Amino acid sequence: MKRRTLLASGAGAATLAMMGLPARAQDKTKVGFVFVGPIGDGGWTFEHNNGRLAVEAAFGDAVETVYAENVPEGPDAERVLTQMVLGGADLIFTTSFGYMESTMNVAAKFPDVKFEHATGYLRADNVSTYSARFYEGRAVQGHIAGNLTKSNKVGYIGSFPIPEVIRGINSAFIHARKVNPDVEFKIVWAFTWFDPAKEADAAKVLIEQGCDVILQHTDSTAPQAAAQAAGNVYTFGQASDMGEYAPMPRVSSIIDNWAPYYVERTQAVIDGTWTSVDTWDGIGRGMVGIGEISDAVPADVKASAEALRDSIASGAYHPFTGPLNKQDGSAWLADGETADDGTLAGLNFFVEGIDGDIPS
Amino acid sequence: MLTLEKRAQPSKAWVYVAPILAVIITMIVGGVVFAMLGKPPLEAIRTIFYDPLFGDFASYSRPQLLIKAGPLILIAIGLSFGFRAGIWNIGAEGQYIMGALAAAATGLAFYPMEARWLIFPLMVLAGLAGGMVWAAIPAFLRIRFKTNEILVSLMLVYVAEAIQASMALNLLRNPDGHGFPGSRNLSQYPSSANLELIANSGVHWGVMAALTAVIFAYFILARHRFGFDVRLAGQSPRAAGFAGVDAGRLVFICMLISGALAGAAGMFEVSGPAGRVSIDFNVGYGFTAIIVAFLGRLHPVGILIAGLLMALTYIGGELAQLSLGLPGAAIQLFQGMLLFFLLAVDVMTSYRIRFGKTE
Repeated sequence: MKRRTLLASGAGAATLAMMGLPARAQDKTKVGFVFVGPIGDGGWTFEHNNGRLAVEAAFGDAVETVYAENVPEGPDAERVLTQMVLGGADLIFTTSFGYMESTMNVAAKFPDVKFEHATGYLRADNVSTYSARFYEGRAVQGHIAGNLTKSNKVGYIGSFPIPEVIRGINSAFIHARKVNPDVEFKIVWAFTWFDPAKEADAAKVLIEQGCDVILQHTDSTAPQAAAQAAGNVYTFGQASDMGEYAPMPRVSSIIDNWAPYYVERTQAVIDGTWTSVDTWDGIGRGMVGIGEISDAVPADVKASAEALRDSIASGAYHPFTGPLNKQDGSAWLADGETADDGTLAGLNFFVEGIDGDIPS
Repeated sequence: MLTLEKRAQPSKAWVYVAPILAVIITMIVGGVVFAMLGKPPLEAIRTIFYDPLFGDFASYSRPQLLIKAGPLILIAIGLSFGFRAGIWNIGAEGQYIMGALAAAATGLAFYPMEARWLIFPLMVLAGLAGGMVWAAIPAFLRIRFKTNEILVSLMLVYVAEAIQASMALNLLRNPDGHGFPGSRNLSQYPSSANLELIANSGVHWGVMAALTAVIFAYFILARHRFGFDVRLAGQSPRAAGFAGVDAGRLVFICMLISGALAGAAGMFEVSGPAGRVSIDFNVGYGFTAIIVAFLGRLHPVGILIAGLLMALTYIGGELAQLSLGLPGAAIQLFQGMLLFFLLAVDVMTSYRIRFGKTE
């Protein structure tokens, strides 16, 4: 955008020199975090902030962390990022898909600062991307959900119809259908990552429509609370364990564990060995964790869910294994064929059997 | 015992003192809150109010102030006409969205044609029109069916948000965007880009429009017959009726002005700083502008100052988050206190405090 073109010019460089950049000769390594929600959301941002705290714990006085929460995706994010760099940050994690463009713009202006963008697909010499294979966890979720539902209606609160969310819906659906051929998914799009009121409304609507299992791809615990109030509705912790709602309604969870990655990347900056990479780890490497499956789940279902988890972790089983058809009935994966990462990264269709359209 | 006594005439002095006092009380109470959070209060206040203007990196944050204040001022000026006349347009956020959508759709319809002289002005007109149409709905319903324009305009914000999400996913989606929602980047398309006019100043066309609006509003309110009608209608609707002011026409014009300016603000934002229509492109300028309008006493110059002050709390608040680890919610609380204390202190404009017994 305009500031980038400006700063790329000589005048911009001179201005930055006057600001005292890149004179960043300090002993402490400064690591910045930009959060899309509040750190107390109990879900997505909460876990990223746990990763930040893990960095502080691991490096002590050698590292200083800074963060900004509730940063809107857009020009505000770009300004916050620039302020972080001007404040001396050496490494910045931008923890939402919507920060992609802002991250790229600011990174282009400050080639000496390293950036790590979560869940995006654009990279540069000083911009890495990282994400977790949440769909692996969704497979376990779908397996349990398909077994638990008595009404055969599973509600799903989608955030935005982007590939990450669509992958999760597909993976959960495939594994729910495997154990329960009658199961149906009802999907509500909330168009937000974090809005407790909207999320609670979505959960209530789904429960009223007869769903007795609610899956969510939004970050707050509001759907858990709505399910608890309704009684006899099962939920899963999203992004964080949400263990305060166990054993009911929360019967298990997908836990994002960013701490090892954040510590590893901070170490790389300190060592001067940081390079731009694209990381996509799952259950096997510990980036995705399956929270304790509670006693509300029958023992045999718990055992088969754990077996599924372990087979994904070991690489013996891929959640997207053919035969699978697309929603329109056309063939996608042949028998035994597994989806490649490229297709999964841009996944923009439902698999056969899911009702409803992806908003488009 | 304290009693409030109505002044015969609203106090001239308090009109000016109230906002300043409100800012000072906010600083004091805010400081106490920061201290209770275990943060150094004076340093926090200095970081919020001083550092963005004169701190180490002020050469970056000063232009950012204008970028943030521009839409706030533009929208607040539009709102001030209606607010003065007792017409409550609470839905500027929706008008802002519709202006941005209309402008973006216009610009993208020509993509990738190179004709800035044609496309950019058309987008400005589309922005004005988009906001105006959205504001005309509550205006029409109020005049024709006596509906409450506060409710209708507010509810239309949610309708606009839904249309925006649909546009980002469907009609305006970037065909080269890997299937992700959001339009093409208008600030990277030369014919539609709302560029910085002077390098590193933060001044883009939207900021110029905001300043122009301030000047025009000043003269209309001070010198023009329409400004007189607006003030009269606000102070005494009956007297305005006797003076020949057509109440329905006034509602319509005031709503259209506020809608048009909000739409224009959306246009300048979507083609400049934001760059694209996304599912949640709006970040609340339309609502914050209501605070700005009142903080500025519904006076054009006051709004100019209030808009800059509000921008300062945003940018200073971010700095305080980064350098002092102040929670984001504490900053929002601080901004909310500003309006709260203004309304509280405002009592002094129309009332005086009497000590002693009431008779």
